[in-house]
Parts: sequence; C-alpha cells; structure tokens
Amino acid sequence: MSKNKKVKGTKIIVDSLKDEKVEYIFGIPGGSIIPLYDEYYDSDIKHILMRHEQAAAHAADGYARATGKTGVCTTTSGPGATNLVTGIATAYMDSVPLVALTGQVETISIGNDAFQEADITGITLSITKHNYLVKDVDELQRIIKEAFYIASTGRPGPVLIDLPKDVQTGETEYDPNITVNLRGYKPTYKGHPVQIKKAADMILNAERAIIIAGGGVTISGANKELINLSELLNIPVATTIMGKGTFPEDHPLSLGILGMHGTTYANYSVSDSDLILAIGTRFSDRVTGDASRFAPDAKIIHIDIDPAEIGKNVRVDLPIVGDSKNILNSLLSILKTKISNENKGRYKKWIEKVSTWKMEHPLHFNEKTDTLKPQYVIKRLYEITKGNAIIVTEVGQHQMWTAQYYLCKNPRQFISSGGLGTMGYGFPASIGVKIALPNSLVFDVAGDGSFQMNCQELATAVQNNIDVKVAIINNGYLGMVRQWQELFYNRRYSNTRLGYLPDFVKFAESYNAKGIRVTKKSEVDDAIQEAIRYDGPVLIDFRVEEEENVFPMVPAGKTLTNIIEVDKR
Amino acid sequence: MRHVLAALVENKPGTLARILNLFRRRGFNIESAAVGETDDPGISRLTIVVNGDNNVVEQVIKQLNKLIEVIKISNLSQDRMVGRELAMIKVAVDKESLSEIIGLSEIFRTKIIDVSTRSLIIEITGDEDKVNAFVDIMRRFGIKEMARTGLVALARGQKATEIERED
Ligand SMILES: Cc1ncc(C[n+]2csc(CCOP(=O)(O)OP(=O)(O)O)c2C)c(N)n1
Ligand SMILES: [Mg+2]
Repeated sequence: MSKNKKVKGTKIIVDSLKDEKVEYIFGIPGGSIIPLYDEYYDSDIKHILMRHEQAAAHAADGYARATGKTGVCTTTSGPGATNLVTGIATAYMDSVPLVALTGQVETISIGNDAFQEADITGITLSITKHNYLVKDVDELQRIIKEAFYIASTGRPGPVLIDLPKDVQTGETEYDPNITVNLRGYKPTYKGHPVQIKKAADMILNAERAIIIAGGGVTISGANKELINLSELLNIPVATTIMGKGTFPEDHPLSLGILGMHGTTYANYSVSDSDLILAIGTRFSDRVTGDASRFAPDAKIIHIDIDPAEIGKNVRVDLPIVGDSKNILNSLLSILKTKISNENKGRYKKWIEKVSTWKMEHPLHFNEKTDTLKPQYVIKRLYEITKGNAIIVTEVGQHQMWTAQYYLCKNPRQFISSGGLGTMGYGFPASIGVKIALPNSLVFDVAGDGSFQMNCQELATAVQNNIDVKVAIINNGYLGMVRQWQELFYNRRYSNTRLGYLPDFVKFAESYNAKGIRVTKKSEVDDAIQEAIRYDGPVLIDFRVEEEENVFPMVPAGKTLTNIIEVDKR
Repeated sequence: MRHVLAALVENKPGTLARILNLFRRRGFNIESAAVGETDDPGISRLTIVVNGDNNVVEQVIKQLNKLIEVIKISNLSQDRMVGRELAMIKVAVDKESLSEIIGLSEIFRTKIIDVSTRSLIIEITGDEDKVNAFVDIMRRFGIKEMARTGLVALARGQKATEIERED
C-alpha cells in the first residue's frame, strides 16, 4: 500500500520529540519504559537522570518556565507515574507547558492489576490539560503531535501520554507531514475589537486606574506592551507572584506584588482604585483576599486567554478573551489615537496618592539588629547579584521574603510554585532552569523544610555539573505554618519545629558539592560571593533568626486593607 | 435551578469520564445523562440534566468547553426546547388488573413490549411529566423493575447545537 517502511513505536516517539525540537528530557527508567530508554540510548536528545520522578517533573517544569518551551519528562509505569502527580499538579496550577511520557503495562494486561500498573490517565484526569492512553501504535505519532500542540498553545498546561510497552515496541509508519486537527480545541488569540475600544474609553475616563499583571503576561510575552501601556498614561502596576518581573520592580510606577504578603501600598492602591485592568491573572484568593469585598469601587476589565477565568472569582465589568500581547497592542494603538493633553495627565493626582502610600508604608524589617535576619540575606543576595540572577524558590516564608526583597526586572526571572505551593519544587526546578540557561546565575532560595523534600537531587546536579546555588534560609521551622500558629493558634507550635536537621554543609560535601555555613550578618556577603565564584553546585546554610515573621500580611479570607504591617511582639 | 445541557463530543474512550469528572469535582449530582451517536459517527451527543446554582453551572459549562473532546456545548433553556424520555416499566399483573393496565396504557399511548403470566413490560415515551405521571399510576399495580433513558433534548426551531463550520 504505502512505500514508507515501518519503524518501531519508540523511534516514532523520539523522532516526534525531535520534530518538536526537544533538547532535554528529565526522567527515571523502569520495566515498562525500557524500550523507549533503549531508543534514548542512541539519540542525541539529552536525558538527565533524576533521583525521584517528582523532581523530574519539576525540572522539566523549571526548564519550561525559564524558556517558554515545553518541558518533557519520562518515567516508568506504576510508582514512576504516580510519583509524577505532584509535579504535574504544580505545572497545571501555574499553566506550565509540560509533556509527561509514562510507561504502561502491555495493552492486554491493562485493568488486570498487572505488576506496576497504575491508572495514571484516570489519576491525572483533573490535573492535566489533557491526557492520552495510546492503545494502538498507529495513533502514536498523531497523539504526540497533539500533546505538544495542546501543552504549548492557548493557556498552556501539562499533557500526559501513557505508553503501553507493546505500543512502544509495535511497528508503524512515520508520517513526515502529519498535522493537528482538533475540532474541540480552538484557543482565542485576538481580543474582540469592540471590547478593546470600550476598555480604552474606560481607561480614559477613570480617575484611579491600576494594572494587575499576572503570569499570563509572562506566558504571552506581553511585558513590553505592559510597560508601554503603564507609561503612556502613568498607570501604576502591581503584579501577582506569578506575574513578578513582568513589570520592572525598580520602575517608579511599580507597586511590587499585591495580595496576602504583598506591599501595603499595592493593596491600598488596588482597594482604592476605580478601575482595574487585570491582565493574565485568575484572581486567586491569595491575591484578592475576601473576593466579595475586593476593590469595592473599581470597575474591572479582565483580559485572559481562558474564558473560564472570566467572572470565576470576582465580578468583571468588561471581559476581553484573548492573548494579552495581542490585546495590549490593539489597546495601545487605540489609546494613542484618543489621547489628548488633557487625558495624559489624568492620573497625576492618583499617582501622588499612591506615592504617599509608598513612602508611608515601605517594606520593612529591622536592619539595625546584629542577628541574622532572613530578609537581610535576600536583600544582600539582590544587591550582590545586582538583581540579575534567576531566582527559584521553594515554598514558605523564605519564598515570600524573596518575592518581597528580590526585585525582578524581567519575566521568567522569578520561578516559584504559586498556585499549588509545592514544597520541594525549587531545587529540582532550578536544575531545569540552569540547564535551559547555562550562562545565567541561578539561585534556589530554599527553606530548611522544603529543601529536604527533594535534596536527593544534589546527586543529579553534581553528576551533570549543573551549577546551581542553593541558599537555605534555615530557621529550624516549617516557618510559614509556625507563623500561622503564632498568629492564629495561640503559639501552639504543633509539629512545625523541625527539631532535627542534617548538617547541610556536610550534606553538600557528602555529594562532593560545596557547603558554606553562615551564622553572622558579617559572613553573608562573603558566602554569596564565594558561592558565585565556585564552579559547581553550592549549598549555603544561612542560620537565620528562627521566629521571624513575614509582614505585611493580610490574614486569609480578610479584605486587602486588613493588613498586619509590623511584628507586634 | 434545573439545567439541560446538550454537548457534542468526540466519540472516544474517556470522553464521558472527563465530562462527568468536572461535575463530580464540584459535588454535583447528575439527574440524568444520555449519550448516543449523531449523524457523524465520530461525534456523540450528550444530554445532561443537573440541578445547580446558575453561576456554578455556567462555570462548569466553561470548564466543559475547555475539554479538548468537547466540541460544542449549550445550555438549553427550558421553554425553547423539546425533550423526550423513554422508560420501560415491568409491572406486575394478574387477571383482575390486566384490563385496567391495558386501558391506562392506551390512554398514555404506550406500547406493551413483553407479556408473561405475571408481568408486562410497558414502553412509554414522552416528556418527563408524562413519564412521571404514568410511573406514578403504575406504582399502584406494583413496579417490579424500571429503566429510564434520561432526557434527550433539542432546541426548538432553527437553532441548533452544531459545529460551526469554517468558511
Ligand atoms: C508538599 C507540601 N507540604 C506541606 C506544605 C504546607 N506548608 C506550607 S509552607 C510550609 C513550611 C515550609 O517550611 P520551610 O521550607 O522550612 O520554609 P519556611 O517557611 O521556614 O521559610 C509548609 C509545611 C506545602 N506547602 N507543601
Ligand atoms: Mg524553615
């Protein structure tokens, strides 16, 4: 019938990965994925052997967030696949393009509780953008093509492909001209022109406008347009943690981050605004506080590529569905034609008010004390690296201090698990980031608790000479939970004292990495500089003050103006 | 409020599980779900009846729309649709009740599709009110077993849940 010669499923997979320009794969092999690993053996796609599958997903995720490309990970069936779950859920919550290839038992054994069988497509149903169980080798190439298309377009997300062993070893033809045709999947990129016109009018008629920029701005690459829009009319910009870096945080119009641990001035400004232009953000509860009392006087324009986000958490006066960059470009050109001298200065008074809040409520910690404050460590890290490092974080207090004190100038510079809040994300993610950006300085700011959730990956880093630096903000506690216990549970520290910690310096050394301990303020600079100079992975164990708290703080469920600003102790 | 949703979906394994999963996640109880092929064998039509807060149902519809396999979904408003359901009811009979049951069945324009000495299987088609009314009447004689298809529905007039064709 056809003249193409038949090739094995695994060859189809690897050739398809090459078609998708995949350069790196993160994973761990096992029985049901050996055929694919056998194909990897001869391939020039580089495979990074991780030490835990969760870490493989996070590394692929870090790679994706750093570049915007789709990250790829591979595991075996059963436990290999289930170990991916947290990593996939993390990527799903933060809209990260990821393709996970999992081994599966042979098609005839599926459903029989065969050795290392897990129903991974069932398990990941609600944490993937889509998933596939490949039942026939003839479908394999189309499915891989679709998977990459789905993962990377529209609102990106993880896609899992479950690969029974006999599908991997089965034979079929490779079709060089395969195309994707999904009648149920047609993302909207262009915003509705009438809506965009209305948005322009609203912006030119408001008194107190503010922009909230979220992770969608990063994904869309709309940061230049965002700056132009803000500067055109002097509209202040607050970002979510996912949007951190989309607007330069040293810019006079930047309000830093908003929300639970956002700046007081960002939260005041949003709450007092009469117009919010929200771009690529899903109004998470960590951003809005009590959503029913969020920005009571504001009309809300919501730009998002995902129509399901419109009106999900907060009321929206003007939705614009589409790609942020496209929409901002159209909006800018309309505004430019409509702008007059009188309009141009319309936010002058507002900016003055915002600036007063900025002056009166700066971020604050006690810098005078001799004790080693965690915020001081982050501040020095920012200053010494001149704000140019790529910062990855774990989850907890250290994450919030980093979000507050490490100002970012660029999107994709701050990489953190925002939606799921996954402890153990940062270190393996930083490995993926460093692989993607070998010439950048990459720091994982870690908690002592979080780091221990994936510290085994130091082996991966050392083995492949992946030069990541880990700054452990060691407070001896699951600090963020301890803070809640202190503030809302009468200081009843149930199971938040870590009690026993490894000697992190010896830990590093046992992997042939470098370990540095810092107990005094005076040692901070040298340690950071030494870590930067050292060629290879470094752990710095910063023994910081144990019971420091993250402020400002809007307690969960409270209105954004309900701010605890300083430590009352 | 009660909502009747009509969806055109890819006729593929897993599609139904994905759709129902979105309802399960929000703790919705699905009143009925009926699925069958359309004129295009690659596409199935699913009619789902749910009870729920309007905003939540709207949100679920948006989430359903995001599923790759959902091609089109609409919320059929009650006054602009026609709905039908089919039920098969196995009723106990004896000499005394037989003629009464047959009489009632005729009034409701049902069909008797199986006859044995002690029971009849009656097939009834109609909107839900009609089916419910008949079921209630049959209870008196003793329903041994019953199977209902759940509602299938189409929008009245020109309006259709169909795939927009690209020109
Ligand atoms: C996998 C996981 N388990 C539990 C939590 C709940 N949690 C949130 S922050 C936190 C403490 C983190 O401790 P550490 O990494 O030491 O950071 P710190 O807050 O002390 O800076 C915990 C347990 C979580 N976010 N992720
Ligand atoms: Mg800690």
